[in-house]
Amino acid sequence: MNVELLSRAQFAFTASFHYLYPPLSIGLGVLLVIIEGAWLRTRDPVYHQMARYWTRIFALTFAMGVATGIVMEFEFGTNWATYSRFVGDVFGSALAAEGIFAFFLESGFLAVLLFGWEKVTPRWHFFSTCMVCLGAHFSAIWIVVANSWQQTPAGFHIVEQAGRSRAEITDFWAMVFNPSSMDRLSHVLCGAWQAGAFLAISVSAWYLLRGRHEAFARASMRVALVVALGASVLQVATGHSSAVGVAKNQPAKLAAFEGHYETSADAPVYLFGWVDESAERVVWGPRLEGALSWLAHGRRDAEVKGLRDFAPTDRPPVNLPFQAFHAMVGIGVLLLGVAVGGVALLPGDRLFRNRPVLWVMVVAVLGPQVANQAGWWAAEVGRQPWIVYGLLRTSEGLSRSVRAEAVVASLVLFTAVYALLFAVFVYLLNDKIQKGPHAEDLVPAGKLALPGRGGRE
Amino acid sequence: MSEALPDLNTIWFVLVGVLLTGYAMLDGFDLGVGQLHLLARGDQERRIMLNAIGPVWDGNEVWLVTGGGALFAAFPEAYATVFSGFYLPFVLLLVALIFRAVAIEFRSKQPMRWWRSMWDWSFFAGSTCSALLIGVAMGNIVWGIPLDGRGEFSGSFLDLLHPYALVLGVTTVALFMMHGAIYVLMKTEGALHDRARGWVNPCIIFFIICYATTTMATLIYVPHMTERVREQPLFFLVALANMLAIANIPREIHRGEDFRAFLSSCAAMVALMGLFGLGMFPNLVRSAPHPANSLDIYGAASSQKTLGIMLAIAAIGVPIVLAYSASIYWIFRGKVKLDAMSY
Ligand code: HDD
Ligand code: HEM
Ligand code: HEM
Repeated sequence: MNVELLSRAQFAFTASFHYLYPPLSIGLGVLLVIIEGAWLRTRDPVYHQMARYWTRIFALTFAMGVATGIVMEFEFGTNWATYSRFVGDVFGSALAAEGIFAFFLESGFLAVLLFGWEKVTPRWHFFSTCMVCLGAHFSAIWIVVANSWQQTPAGFHIVEQAGRSRAEITDFWAMVFNPSSMDRLSHVLCGAWQAGAFLAISVSAWYLLRGRHEAFARASMRVALVVALGASVLQVATGHSSAVGVAKNQPAKLAAFEGHYETSADAPVYLFGWVDESAERVVWGPRLEGALSWLAHGRRDAEVKGLRDFAPTDRPPVNLPFQAFHAMVGIGVLLLGVAVGGVALLPGDRLFRNRPVLWVMVVAVLGPQVANQAGWWAAEVGRQPWIVYGLLRTSEGLSRSVRAEAVVASLVLFTAVYALLFAVFVYLLNDKIQKGPHAEDLVPAGKLALPGRGGRE
Repeated sequence: MSEALPDLNTIWFVLVGVLLTGYAMLDGFDLGVGQLHLLARGDQERRIMLNAIGPVWDGNEVWLVTGGGALFAAFPEAYATVFSGFYLPFVLLLVALIFRAVAIEFRSKQPMRWWRSMWDWSFFAGSTCSALLIGVAMGNIVWGIPLDGRGEFSGSFLDLLHPYALVLGVTTVALFMMHGAIYVLMKTEGALHDRARGWVNPCIIFFIICYATTTMATLIYVPHMTERVREQPLFFLVALANMLAIANIPREIHRGEDFRAFLSSCAAMVALMGLFGLGMFPNLVRSAPHPANSLDIYGAASSQKTLGIMLAIAAIGVPIVLAYSASIYWIFRGKVKLDAMSY
């Protein structure tokens, strides 16, 4: 095995594992803000109980996100040293901003969110919850901006120095608002809101099916369904504008998404299919003629560039991005269906008696997780063979001083540790769900029990 | 040099140092508490130990994340060289930090004995190994590492397990353990507090022995670290402050002024990092045996434009961070009390 393949595998594995948790934290953060806001307004004890319960789940996903996030930051340097030298000047500001604006905010106020229930007034607590949620969103902003820059670099020039070249910023805002960053950011955030909302939907549906914690489950379900509906609608819209951007900025990637080899007008979209990469065609699968031309350029007769227009050394793998992209889009449509159906059944509480739909909802929690992973795989594998699109190849981004045996060792170690962590996480999450919300949380204690909106000193 | 204002490169050298010092001062006591964790008896006491750092450890770790990010941003060449050069030690550090983090979070989630003692051990081992590895990395930076003409690390893993680096590793363990013991004194009451009082003196003695060893070894074997102090005797004040701060720790403990002892311990860390910075400047990574290949704050830096943008970001962000961090420490001041949301 060579260092390149091993490092790619390790980065893909650790990033994918990290990305199981942040979407849950971001999404649950939004739910917590809504729920706690509702509690402050209505003083309905069920909202207090919900806030406490979802905070416990949040703490779990958050801890996993933090523990696995540092790995990612270190890996830029340990495995991709040459890439770090190349992008340091550009990423620098984004990563520094992430630390200062996002992680400090998040972790600082998290203390109050988790441990401050009986130490601060309800308003202070609510404020802290908002700050944690904001911090989680900020971390998504800066890291997605950095990643988008490597997909569609802008606002820089290349400087040659001592036999090496690197990118230097010329225009900070052009770097931040590079051609893909806003589309991708909104798309990623919607995916995160879906992840949080569908977790709450799934747990609530489970309680309803078992006839447990009825009041809690109904209230959670209502809040989560509304968030899920909003996010799912926006998700299709932001996904579409991402695709339009990919068509413009990374045509080879778009061609890989649809297995489109021959440049042509009237390019098709496959509902699903299989790409035979050696024969350079999609071997089977139902297709809609002209749909790709129409989606990417707004006209059926628009020409869509095919992979044969690119030198073989500049083409990404095709079948993997194809499958990942189709899985994501398919799941996106299904999730939208579940959200619309759920909301439509809310009036008259018909949803709460409809067991088949509730069962679908229990399973639906997997949808956003799979789609989030698939989305990143499509985006990142579709970017190959470039680590920085058009500027630096992945094979050139490696650490020169790191040997294959070292990467094997770390890969084995991370696999073992993450397998253990994942097992423990699933076990604890399941345990919390089985135990359900605490009855004593219906009675606020400590300073939160004080009468009046803001409480007293 | 006679300019009135330091240049951006120097400012960022200092700021990265400030972030790492903040990390040592803050996460240092978390790691120290972890090292002492197994000495607490019974479940209740161990929970108190965990909850003493419960609300703050995560925020403290962010100083490392941001310090690493700032190094990446301001001096990418140094970041790339050090992180790829220290590949295996850093992977081990990551694993140690992961175990530390999840042990805190998971331990009290289940009542079973085996469960709790498993995470107690992870907490202890993760904290101790983190401190050791951080110290070993520092030791290598002080000593110098083999770099080739392109500024890439050209040694092997075994080169990093150098005796001087190991001594500095043990010293770091001792320093954090002492710092953590003092912190436990501040946050506990009753039986645990009394027992913790018994931990402090051995910790101080252990640290002072390590400190003396490291200082001697540095004076004898690593003369470049003291060059700047020899050139500019005013800097000797930093060394003096360091010694006074350390000497003040047992004095305050003896008088029962735990908080002041803690402040002294923090001051000692600031002075130690100050000496470290003075010794390194303007180098970030010293190359040994070929000093000409060293990476300094000019050759390894990002462009002036980026350093300027980052300074603007820091100028806006840091005061806000300090303000709310202080208020969070204020909210959680006083002795630990367990409640429904505690670990
Ligand atoms: C700011 C940068 C950045 C960000 C935010 C992400 N990645 Fe990434 N990713 C990289 C920077 C990067 C990289 C360092 O540039 C890699 C390493 C090898 C490569 O080609 O790009 C990479 C590769 C890479 C690969 C392997 C592609 C291949 O080698 O064929 C996968 C599957 C992912 N990433 C997945 C993710 C996931 C699930 C993320 C969400 C957390 C993620 N990436 C965020
Ligand atoms: C390769 C890319 C990434 C790196 C280097 C990275 C780095 C980190 C680090 C260092 C932490 C821990 C911070 C702490 O100690 O508090 C963290 C946590 C976090 N990251 Fe990432 N991250 C990456 C990808 C992402 C992406 C793509 C997102 C979201 C879209 C994200 C969102 C978060 C969030 C919300 C947290 C807080 C913990 C949590 O909520 O789970 N990260 N990340
Ligand atoms: C429903 C229709 C959807 C469409 C048309 C769509 C489209 C896209 C496209 C074109 C990309 C690649 C962007 C790039 O490479 O720059 C992408 C990436 C991604 N998608 Fe989707 N998507 C959809 C649904 C979803 C759903 C439901 C989720 C998750 C819940 C999701 C999560 C992601 C993620 C995490 C990425 C990677 C980050 C990024 O590149 O933006 N997508 N999507």
